Amino acid sequence: MTEIWDGLRQAALLIVTLDPDLLQISARSLHVTLTATVIASAIGLPLGGWLAVYRFRARRSVIALLNALMGLPPVVVGLIVYLMLSRSGPFGVFGLLFTPTAMIIAQVVILTPLIASIAHQALRELWAEYHDLLISLNTSRRQRIRTLLWDARRALLTASLAGFGRGIGEVGAIMIVGGNIDQATRVLTTAIALETGKGNFALALGLGFVLIAIAVGVNLSIHYASKTEVSSRW
Amino acid sequence: MVEQILPLRLAGAKLTRRGRTLVGPIDLTLGPQGFTIVMGPNGAGKTSLLRMMHGLERPSSGRVEWAVPEVQARPSQAYVFQHPTLMRRTALDNVAYPLTVHGMPRKEARARAAEALKSVGLGDSALKMAYYLSGGERQKLALARALIRKPEILFLDEPCASLDGRAIRDIEHILLTAHAAGTRIMMITHDHGQARRLAEDVLFIHHGQLHAADQADAFFSDPQSPEAHAFLKGDILI
Ligand SMILES: Nc1ncnc2c1ncn2[C@@H]1O[C@H](COP(=O)(O)OP(=O)(O)OP(=O)(O)O)[C@@H](O)[C@H]1O
Ligand SMILES: [Mg+2]
Repeated sequence: MTEIWDGLRQAALLIVTLDPDLLQISARSLHVTLTATVIASAIGLPLGGWLAVYRFRARRSVIALLNALMGLPPVVVGLIVYLMLSRSGPFGVFGLLFTPTAMIIAQVVILTPLIASIAHQALRELWAEYHDLLISLNTSRRQRIRTLLWDARRALLTASLAGFGRGIGEVGAIMIVGGNIDQATRVLTTAIALETGKGNFALALGLGFVLIAIAVGVNLSIHYASKTEVSSRW
Repeated sequence: MVEQILPLRLAGAKLTRRGRTLVGPIDLTLGPQGFTIVMGPNGAGKTSLLRMMHGLERPSSGRVEWAVPEVQARPSQAYVFQHPTLMRRTALDNVAYPLTVHGMPRKEARARAAEALKSVGLGDSALKMAYYLSGGERQKLALARALIRKPEILFLDEPCASLDGRAIRDIEHILLTAHAAGTRIMMITHDHGQARRLAEDVLFIHHGQLHAADQADAFFSDPQSPEAHAFLKGDILI
């Protein structure tokens, strides 16, 4: 028990004194996952809109595929991205393995289906509402998607936040393609795994607090965003 | 100058869903001028007919043809739905939407939308979110939005259902003004009084069939079809 209390005390100290290691690792985590979230949203949100508006033969299969990809274990994604980026893989020449870029790529693969799927749900509902009007107004498919994305922006913010929440706590893929290299690719989750293994509970707990704070913050924002979303319905 | 899209010709136009005929076959020509009222009991196929004319539904058989190809006819039509769709925007942006979506700069579109809102008596509600509007205000909003692109023909599906005196008078005034400015109007109503006030000619639909297409005077004073006669007398048609 004393070990835990001791750890907690030291962790608080690390945070209060703005320990440089802790700051650097937290900043890298934010950088990787924020970038991945932005890219995944840029792909996933329009994809969700496109699936809501565009009727084509393989639509159901694409949606099923999206849902299947959403359940893909991050470790497996990490493995696949690793193989793609490794020296002998198709993208080996770029030398991206064990860089933050590789971690971003892996997280984009994990987050895009999630964000697209949540966006699709919300946009499908709105499309049912707008369908007749937008067709009557002689809009192109592109204009329809843009209108839906704009008018559902609160729900879409929720989708992106959910993606961010998933990414910031993810460890499997990021560990494999990043390698958890000190000063280079170490992020909150991989550092916690490492420091715990080394018995360095103070730093692990300190990092854990930061991670919890971010996760709670994200979920509060989701809660708030969806509450205002509900009050804007009728 | 935009080409005239009227007359609209329906030749054996019929709409079926899952083997059931919703309306048709209908043979009909809508000339470039007029105020047509569509009447008939619930489920007669009035909405289906208008949706098919507007191109929201493809005819299952027969033809629906404008004087110009369909792509050219589309921008000159507008439709006010039985239950108006409000976008999650302010009243002003709802009305500006048909302009902005087709590329008009936001500022100019908003200025025009503000004018349009004023003309339907919603000037004070411009910046309210549309879903705060009352039933009558929603119908006026939908009307302002439908008219903003100056359509050659305006379809209306019971725009005054569940409204009372004042709102009905306002809406009829807007419609008559648009009509006087040259807009062809095609409107469904269940309100006999309103039909008498507005109609130049009347289409009477029953069980998906067109039972009468007459001048308003002739229709109301001496309906030729027995169904129309019974309907006007106030009998319940089934
Ligand atoms: N998409 C659809 N699929 C199946 N049946 C439909 C569909 N749309 C309408 N119907 C049916 O077609 C018939 C005609 O409907 P329509 O809405 O045209 O009637 P209406 O004359 O407008 O009636 P009301 O005065 O009640 O609005 C109704 O029996 C309706 O249930
Ligand atoms: Mg109807």
